[in-house]
Formats: sequence, structure tokens, C-alpha cells
Amino acid sequence: MHDISAHVAHHAPPTSFIRKHIFSLDHKVIGKQYYGLAFVAVLVGMFLSWLMRIHLGWTNYAIPGLHLLSSNGAPGNVMTPEFYLQLMTMHATIMVFFVLTTAPFAAFGNYFLPIQVGAEDMPFPRFNMMSFWVTFVGFVVLVASFFVSDGPTLGGWTQYAPLSAVGPVGGPGEGTGVVLWAASIAIFCVGQLLGSLNFITTTLDMRTRGMSLWRLPLSAWGWFITSCMGLTAFAVLMPGCILLILDHVAGTSFFVPSNLVINDQLQPHSGGSTLLWQHLFWFFGHPEVYIAIVPGMGIVSHVLITNMRKPMLSHRVLVYSFAALAVLSYMVYGHHMFVSGMNPVSSLAFSFPTLIITIPSTIIVLIWLGSLYGSKLRINTASLFSLGFISMFISGGVSGFFLAQPSTDIMLHATYFVVGHFHMVMGVAAMFGIFAGTYFWFPKMFGRMMNETLGKLHFWLSFVGTYAIFMPFHYLGMAGNVRRYQAFAPDYMQRLIPLHQFITVAALLTGAAQLIFVYNLFYSRLRGEPASDNPWQGTSLEWSTPTTPPPHNNFGDKLPEVYHDPYQYGVESSMGDYVMQASSEKVKTVSDEA
Amino acid sequence: MAKLFAVTIFVIAILSAIPILQHTWWMAPDISTHGAPIDEQMSETMAEAGISFLASQIILAFFIWRFANPRPGEKLKNFPGGAKTMLWAGFLLVGAEVLALGLFGVKAWANIYFVPPAANAMPVQVQAGQFAFYFRYPGPDGTFGSIHPDLLSEANQNFFGLDPDHDPDAKDDIVTAEMAIPVNREIHLLMHSKDVGHSFFVPELRVQQDFVPGLDLSLHFTATKVGRYEIVCTQLCGLGHYNMKAYLSVLSQEEFDNWLRKQAALQ
Amino acid sequence: MATTFHEPPQIEEQRNRSRRARDSGNGGWRNSVPTDGQLRVVQEYAPPPASTGIWVALAAISMSFAALTSALVVRKGGALDWRHFTLPSILYLNTLLLLASSVTLEISRRRVAAFMGGVRSSVASPAPWLYITLALGLLFVTGQYIAWLQLRAQGLYLATNPSSSFFYVLTAAHALHVFGGLGGLVRVIHRLNKSVLRRSTLDATSRYWHFMDVLWIYLLLLLWAKL
Repeated sequence: MHDISAHVAHHAPPTSFIRKHIFSLDHKVIGKQYYGLAFVAVLVGMFLSWLMRIHLGWTNYAIPGLHLLSSNGAPGNVMTPEFYLQLMTMHATIMVFFVLTTAPFAAFGNYFLPIQVGAEDMPFPRFNMMSFWVTFVGFVVLVASFFVSDGPTLGGWTQYAPLSAVGPVGGPGEGTGVVLWAASIAIFCVGQLLGSLNFITTTLDMRTRGMSLWRLPLSAWGWFITSCMGLTAFAVLMPGCILLILDHVAGTSFFVPSNLVINDQLQPHSGGSTLLWQHLFWFFGHPEVYIAIVPGMGIVSHVLITNMRKPMLSHRVLVYSFAALAVLSYMVYGHHMFVSGMNPVSSLAFSFPTLIITIPSTIIVLIWLGSLYGSKLRINTASLFSLGFISMFISGGVSGFFLAQPSTDIMLHATYFVVGHFHMVMGVAAMFGIFAGTYFWFPKMFGRMMNETLGKLHFWLSFVGTYAIFMPFHYLGMAGNVRRYQAFAPDYMQRLIPLHQFITVAALLTGAAQLIFVYNLFYSRLRGEPASDNPWQGTSLEWSTPTTPPPHNNFGDKLPEVYHDPYQYGVESSMGDYVMQASSEKVKTVSDEA
Repeated sequence: MAKLFAVTIFVIAILSAIPILQHTWWMAPDISTHGAPIDEQMSETMAEAGISFLASQIILAFFIWRFANPRPGEKLKNFPGGAKTMLWAGFLLVGAEVLALGLFGVKAWANIYFVPPAANAMPVQVQAGQFAFYFRYPGPDGTFGSIHPDLLSEANQNFFGLDPDHDPDAKDDIVTAEMAIPVNREIHLLMHSKDVGHSFFVPELRVQQDFVPGLDLSLHFTATKVGRYEIVCTQLCGLGHYNMKAYLSVLSQEEFDNWLRKQAALQ
Repeated sequence: MATTFHEPPQIEEQRNRSRRARDSGNGGWRNSVPTDGQLRVVQEYAPPPASTGIWVALAAISMSFAALTSALVVRKGGALDWRHFTLPSILYLNTLLLLASSVTLEISRRRVAAFMGGVRSSVASPAPWLYITLALGLLFVTGQYIAWLQLRAQGLYLATNPSSSFFYVLTAAHALHVFGGLGGLVRVIHRLNKSVLRRSTLDATSRYWHFMDVLWIYLLLLLWAKL
């Protein structure tokens, strides 16, 4: 019996409704709250994308009811150019921050990291609770920008200066909306820093007896490495946002140079550097996209292993590769700035680490593929989404070869090729990681299985649908279709409009298919088949909890002791072809560690 | 279902490759002197990316086909060579190749950015502003007049903020809303932004470069084919970003001289 | 208000500086990894979470100030409008106050450590020194505010010049974090008075406070050199 009271700020099981469900210190509740936030955010973000796609296919179409979303953005229900850009900015910001950082990392990580390391909770439960509510406030502040008189900011999620910094004179969408955007993101950063604090200390200090670092499941490694990235990346974006707000409202000139003339008026700023914003933003921005994908890689690895009944070809190589991605991610950010006016030597300098980062990415994919070889692959919704993740990551990844070189980037920068690239890796692969995690862990979180038929239907429609949507983006990009255009005015883009219309139809259909998932979530929550403690015959500690869902302190009276490596599949034990980490049974084990 | 999934992956991979191989939607033909290395880089990268894409998707599909839903009694197997094979493949096959790509690509980039403009390159200035491009030719004196931001006024059509009354260099400057250049003549393009960030992109010319407010950048290039092309803005600059474009006419030297004369008369 | 001398504050396990493997004690249970009946020594010692946590927090704070530093360097080097001004002299006094507060905090911390270690011969209470630290910290923040007032009197506001902009931003960011440290000190005092202070809490809070000191010296040098 371990006395871990010294390590954990013990919190007794809550009794009041508020303490149980609203201001909860329990990492499991916090994880579910984050999932709920991401869920709402993804529905909003997806809805915005539908509006955007309809407009792109049929620019003058009057979308019924659109005028309800904005007082002046849709006269006669036809979207104005600025409203399109505002919707686009909000779509991107909501998706990148409140879905892709929140769901795979904050939601699943909060729920499962303490359990997978064998702890009762995270060491700073109050900070953890704060991290959720701070993130929530960030979301509210962002959405509030829909309700100010000149609407949300239209500068893209990248908010390049000086457009973002000069204030309302820059045009509609450059007023209060920018301040709300920057404030929302700064608040979000604080929330995530509090989260990273907990994740790192949990992984380093809260592991139960026998849980060495190398015995951690890959999902835990994914969350740990991501939280290290988050710590450094969010800490840089936050001051950047503060400086942007100051330029916008306080007349400073961090990012606004002299002699700008807007609307025939000379602007009062002077001396600032627009490239400075880009450097600060992308120093955060590139690690951010790895923050969005690495948890998914961890989750997918974990789900696949359970369903392959076989550990990865090399557990250590995967971990080292995740870590290599994290470290290299800080050295590549300039590839977003190849033609930005930055010193062309810097462009070359940044391209080499960018090309080198292909190596760990490739090794990860090859390890996954190599592990599939000779496995006993079980097909269920979770494993399908995991395999889909691999396919999407390959597709999204190879387009990176083009964007990693400045010379080819000349033709592809700011075109739909880039949009296709990041949607495949983030909008699809990372989302598939979230789906895989959901279908896999739903039984543990709610004690019920999700409906497999609906799940598989959701998978098929999503897999085919997202390829139909995003593969053509690459063709559009090769043809020179510029991004962030609300309509295609240049002559040479006219012939691309039918392809846009095809994409729109695919997007609306695939979007509709997501409603199957929504229905499945709610239906299964209420009426799903009751789940056992270990429906997938998994080995890691989350499957060793005494009850399902786990009790308040995760493991009841006694914390587990870990006897085995995380993925002892393909062994002969009393339970079958696997032995659980917490089981003291002696079996001939399968391991690539000595 | 696994076999259907495997076939689906295979089909999608092949279908995705077809428009690329057929160049169904593709870059416009190159009309520049520096574009050939870029196009070559593009082809090499496409070959490498394409092979990696097809190979990995097909392997994924094959492994799903072969190893899903195993027969009872089938044993687990390890990939021959284990992780070491993957490490070698990762470092050698892909790593060395992408680095080679990168090294060869240096030339394509260096050609554009590390070679100074020729001494007799024709200077043209382009100014980007919300939401139009304006161009300026220095006129017979070969010198551009200074830009006075306080005089800049769209309302008065003083797009460059010139002060011809006090600035002799500005007297003969020719300001136009369309750009024209003589074919086979190197152009030294001076880039200036009046307000926010913009970008100058002409796909046929293999040129894309952001304007940086506060920083005067320049590019140089030579067009080899007469024709009418479009310059589009690719850096989000506000609501009119989608409509911010200008025509670029590449003319024979004689036609260009005529055009310039006509424009000068309109000042 | 005074600490009770009769009951030592409730302590957690002694902080173990030994690098040798241990079978029990703080984190010791991670040393022995049961595997097929055999114990394998894997890891020696896990620090209390507060200790790891504070290093994590300091890493994040360092990154934020690194970002601001690079913004300053780029902004100064990129344009010709940087105007130097003389730093208000009260800043130097404030620095001494902050340094003194680190000294008093350290005195207090060692007294608590001795007390917890059972060295009852120590009659000096740690509490007064904590209060002095708190007071010095508050004086520091007040002094920073006075520095702002002095700058304002010279006509140097936030947007007057990039140099003044950075002065206000850097000192404000630092002061904000100092407030966090003051909050931590209040918490430590509160717990000491209720005899539930953990050694790790005190150590983490002190580490944070000393870092505020080091950070301030760095900022002062940066401002002095660049402004």
C-alpha cells in the first residue's frame, strides 16, 4: 500500500453538483469538460466551413438565414467579401486552438494520462480546473467577437501585421474583433500552460510503483512530449499577442512601420517591424501544428497496438522519433516565411531542418507499417480510424516535400496547395486521431460501447469524403489558385470554379456524415451496450481500473503496481494472448528492451 | 470489410495520382529565364513525393488486406530486419533523397536571389495598396522621384505621392495601372507597399514575393514570351484581397516603346 | 501569528539528496520494478511535484521573456527611431530591495528547514523573516510604480518611443509575475501559521522568488544596455 498523500493534493470525492460537474478537481471530469468544449467548437467550426464552401462554389448565392449571423455581413443573405474572411478567420482559429489542441491533448490527456501512469490524479488539481475554465473563457471571448459592431477579425488565424495592428482604419473586421482575437488567444495560452504544467509533473513524478518511463504507453509519451512543446510555444505566443493588442489600442509601434497611408491618411505609427510579428507567430505556429498531431500519433499507436495484438516494431524508436519531431519543430518555422521578404539566406537555412524533419516522420510511418506486417489486425471503428490516420498522414506529409523547399514554394506559397496540405494533416489526420480515441476509450469513460455499425458508416463516409474534399485542393494549388480569396476574380482561375463546386458538394455531404457520429455519441451514452472493464483486451493501466467508469481516485484503495512493459501482446498467459501491465503473472514476454 | 478498405485505399491513391500525371490542373507554362530550374525541382519533387505516396499507400493497403482478420492459429510475425530496416529506409531512402532535393534546389533559389540584377536591367516600380497595384516607370531621366506619403492620395490620383512641382525627378515619372514590359529584357522590379502586407505573384513568370511595408525589396526577372498575364495578390490584405490584380503585358520592344509613349502622354 | 514551537509543521518525507538507489521513502518505490519476481533498479528518486512544477513554470516564464527580449533586439535594430533615455534611479534601489528580499527569504527558509529537521535549539522563528520578505516585495513593486511615475513626469509614456514601450512592457510583465510570487508567499505564511506547511511548497515558492530576482537583474541589465 503506497502512501502517496504527500504527492497529491488529495481531494475527497465531491458531493455537491457544482463540485461534481462544474468546478471539479477531478482530472476525469476536466477531461470530459475539455471534450465537450472541443465538441461544441468543432460543430461551430464545421458550420463555418460549410458557409465558406457554399460561397466559394456559388459566390452570389443567397444562403437562407445568413443575415441572422451578422448585422451587416450578409445583406440579402449574400455573403460580403469581408464576412467571408471573418468566417474563415474564425473557422481556422476555432479549429486549430479549440479543437485540435483541445481534444487530442487536453481532453484525452487529462482523462487518461494520470490513469495510464497509475496515479490518483494530477498533482495540481486546482491549476488543472483553472486550466479548463481559463480555456473556456478564451473560447467565449473569441465567439464574442461575432457580437461586436464590426464583427470578428478578418486577418486569418495568422493575423499578420500591419493589417492586424493598424486598427479599424484597416477596414471592416479590423476593429475590436482583433483585440478580442488576441485576448482570446492570450487567455488560451495561459490555460494551456497550466495544463502543460500538470501533464509534465504527472509524467515525471506521479508514476506508480514499477512504472518506469519506458513502460509508459505511447499515448502517454505523446501527451508528455506535446506538453513540453506547449510549454515553450504558448509562452512565446502570449507576449506576441499582448504586443499586438498594444499596437492596436495603445498606439505603440512594435509591428507597424512608418509612412503607411491607409484611406489617404498617413498612419501615426513608426518604426515597427512586420516581420517581427511573423517570427514571433511562427516560432509558436510551427510547434503548434506538431502539438496538434503528436497526441494523435500517440493515440493511434496505442489503439493500433491493441488491435494488432502485437507491439510496435520498436517502441523506443517511436518515442525517440516523437521527441525528434518536437525538437526539430522549433528549427523549421521559417518555411512559412520563404517569400516573406526575410533574408533569402535564412530561407535556405530553414529549408534544411524542414527537409530533415521528414526523417522522423517517415520513420514513424515505416514503423507503423512494419508493425502491421505479421500482425493479427482486428477491424473495428477505432482501428479503422487509426489506419485512416496513417493514410491521411502519408498524403498530407508528402505534400510537405514541395513546401519545404523555397524554390518550389515560390509556386505554391499562399495557394490551395498549402491549404490542402494542412487540412490533410490537421483537419483530417488529427481529427481521425480524435475519432479513434473516442471510439476506443468511450467504453472506459462511460461504461457503454459505441454502436459499431454507425461507427463504421461514419468512418467510410469520412474517409472517402475527406479525400474527395482535400485531394483536389492540391490540384487547385498547382494551377495557381490563390488562398483566402472569397471569389475567384482573376481570369485564369475561372476554369477552376467547377472543381470548387465539386469540393463544396463533397464537403457538405461529409459534414452531414459527421451527424452520424454526433448521434452515436449521444445514443451510446444513454443506450449503448454496457461495457466490461476491458472490452478491447488491452494491457495498459486504464483497463485495470476496478470499475468502469473509473472511481473517483481511479484505482480504489490500492494503486496498481506495474510488472510489465506496456504492450505485452502475443504472449501466452492465463488471460489469452496478452498480459496486463498491472498483472503480477509471470509470462514469457515479448519485448525489444533488454 | 478489411479487404474493401484495402481496395479503397488503393483506388484512392491511384485516382489521386491521375490528375497529377495528366497535368489536368497544372502550372501555366513557364515564360521566364529563371523558371526552368524551378520546374525541374518541381518535377523531381513530384517524382519523389509521388513514389513515396504511392508506395506507402499501396503497402498500407496490402498489409491491411493480408493481415486483417487472421485465421485462427496464424502466428505473429516480425517484419524482416525489424526496426533497423525502417531506420535505414528512413535515413537513406528518404532522408538522403530529400537532402539531395534540397541541395539541388539551392541553385534554383540562388539564381533568383543571389544574382544581382544586370546593370542594364529596366527598372519598374510596383506599389501595392488596398486593393490595387500601380506601376511607375522612371521616364527619360532614369530616376524615380521620391515618394511623399503625406501627398499620397487616391482621391487626387496621386498614387505614389509624387511632388513634380518641387521634385524634378518626379516630373517625367510615368504612373500606370497596368504593367507592360519588353520581352527578353531583364526587369528590375522595385517593390513598395503603401499600407499593409501584399504579395506579387505571376505564375507564368515563376515569381512570388511578399511586399513588406517599411522595407523596399526588389526582384529581377526576364520574360521570354509575348502575351498578357495576370499579377495577383497572395497576401491577405483586407476585404478586396480577392480582387486585387493587375494585367502584365509582355510586348515586343517596339510595341512597348509605343505603349510607354502613350502612357507618358496621359500623365 | 507566531509559529507554534510546540508542534513542528507537518512535513513530508525528508528531501533526499542521495543519488543512491533506495527502497523506500520519497519516490523510492519507483526504484524497484517488479518483473517476474525480480526487482530491477530503474530509477533513484522522484522529486516532489511542487519542485518539478516550479521548474516547468520557470521554463515557460523564461521563454516569454526570451520572446520579449528578441522583440526588443529586432525592434531596436530595425529602425532609426529608438531614443535612449536614462533609467530612473529608483530602479537601482528597487533592485537592492528585491535582492534583500531574496536574502530574507533564504534566511527564513533555512530556519524552517532546521526546524523541520528537528533542530529545536533554533529559537529564532522563521515567520518574521517571511513577513519582511513580503514587505520588501511590496516595496519593490511600489518602487517600480514610482519609476513609472518618474518616467511619466519626463513625458515618456507607453507609446512615446519604442524604448519607453519596452520599458513599460518588460517592467509590467515582471511586476505581474512578482505579484504571483507575493501570492505564493502569502500562502506559505498562511500555511506556516496553521502548521500545515510542506517543505516542498516552501522550497518551490522560494525558488520562484529567487528567479524573480535573477530575472529582474537580467532585465535591468538589458534595459541599461539597450535603453
